[in-house]
Amino acid sequence: MENQNNNLPLEELTEEFVVNIGPQHPSTHGVLRLQTTLDGETIKDVVPVLGYIHRGIEKMTESLGYKQFIYLTSRMDYLSAHINNQACSLVIEKGLQIEVPARAKAIRIILAELQRLTSHELWWGSTAMDLGAVTPFFLAFRDRERILEIFEGNTGNRLTMNYITPGGVMFDVLPSFAKSIKDLFKIIKEYLKEYDTLITGNIIFQHRLKGVGVLPKELAISLGCTGPVARASGISCDVRKYYPYDGYEKLDFKEITSDGCDSWARYMVRMEEMKQSIHIVEQLIENLPEGEFRTKAKGVIKLPVGEYYQRVETARGELGVYIVSDGGSKPYRCKFRAASFSNLGALQPITVGMKIGDLMASMATLDLVIPDIDR
Amino acid sequence: MDVKNDFLPDFPGDIYKDDNGKTNFIVTSVDALANWGRSNSLWPLSFGTSCCAIELMSTVSAKYDWSRFGFEVMRASPRQCDLIVVAGTITYKMAPVLKRLYNQMPEPRYVIAMGACAISGGPFFYNSYSVVKGVDHVIPVDVYIPGCPPRPEALIHGMMTLQKKILLSKAYVIEKPKEE
Repeated sequence: MENQNNNLPLEELTEEFVVNIGPQHPSTHGVLRLQTTLDGETIKDVVPVLGYIHRGIEKMTESLGYKQFIYLTSRMDYLSAHINNQACSLVIEKGLQIEVPARAKAIRIILAELQRLTSHELWWGSTAMDLGAVTPFFLAFRDRERILEIFEGNTGNRLTMNYITPGGVMFDVLPSFAKSIKDLFKIIKEYLKEYDTLITGNIIFQHRLKGVGVLPKELAISLGCTGPVARASGISCDVRKYYPYDGYEKLDFKEITSDGCDSWARYMVRMEEMKQSIHIVEQLIENLPEGEFRTKAKGVIKLPVGEYYQRVETARGELGVYIVSDGGSKPYRCKFRAASFSNLGALQPITVGMKIGDLMASMATLDLVIPDIDR
Repeated sequence: MDVKNDFLPDFPGDIYKDDNGKTNFIVTSVDALANWGRSNSLWPLSFGTSCCAIELMSTVSAKYDWSRFGFEVMRASPRQCDLIVVAGTITYKMAPVLKRLYNQMPEPRYVIAMGACAISGGPFFYNSYSVVKGVDHVIPVDVYIPGCPPRPEALIHGMMTLQKKILLSKAYVIEKPKEE
């Protein structure tokens, strides 16, 4: 067949085509659709299409009471369910100006850090699986189940706990709480070494991540990235350090940052954060404060007229809860600033120009939770 | 010779009667064999929309390990699957995609509605404008598993219930349209 463009050089003869990745795709971790424009194997453009799991949580909060809408936020970023509950409880406590007992604060931080640990472990397993290794996925879930057993024993649920309420926590923890966590950490520390020997030191794994998905510092700031994604680009943005809540200011922990800016830096930041989470819990578990686990809040909470904002650090970055109250028993408006949504913005700039095989590697280290993006 | 009346008066074979009113016992044996094979090698589609997908992954993984019951091979393509576990909320934007995935699967195909969202819309039943109130509005469902999210044990129980259902099915009987 006669080619019409015979006088063009060879590399310009290729034709661009569009591949729809998703909404049902095992590597997108949910129902995200990526309209990927390809030239051969090189990515020309990536356009995320959202809304496949938009459930209208923000609108639903306007018809639910202040104690009720917290339960919906467990379903938002389900890998940080405790931390979501904590954010909503904190903003209501800020409006009511009630003080949380010391024991409740300690329990909240312990559970939030354990939640961060489960989230990062699941991320570790799924990242390795996206790159083609299946065994780490099973190892990650083996370790995650140990933490879920503690959640289940103390809060009654495995995934969507709804345990942290305005004024404290819903029930007191079991008497065996401290001992079970100490036993857990003995095992988990061995597991973390196993992760390093299995994956971190693996030369193939390193080649897939090093120098791939580079997110420069300026770009990360302008896109509003937070959490481990921003910290791997050298931005110090840990909410636990800058706007401490529930007594993080009394604890000793390091904010992990890295100047690597690539997927490998994001990987290493999360691996170090897991060690820091263990370090935080170890400080609290030694002498858990005695006393009340909850300040009595009214049955029907009514916030004074005004606007309230609270930010917390979830496993994927900054979660902001903004509530406008008109004095009634329901929020007038509720807005969630989700970390995954801002981090998704980084996907297009870091993948354009790379090969399609690196798309999933870069996306895995961004650690997106799709229902958190769509809400 | 009528197998049923002559030799096996308790044999529940009425459904296998041919046009002459005789029972074909070879087909029933093939049926049992096919059902045994189908129920013990269900290949689920790796499809999860929200929170329940994490519990689905837990069930796949080390502690619960559903490959003990024959659900081992998860496939990413609907053309290689015969089971779809609807794990999570289905929105109006997702419903046509789910319908298309179901139509792409080869028959016989089975559907499990996992969790409150897939059964009825769950916590998003009231006041939500974008959630399908139950996945059975879109595709036919075989087994419902309640919970928000269901425990892995509940999912395994639901899968075993599906196996029992498959064992009782009549795979090689083609139902003729009734004559008016």
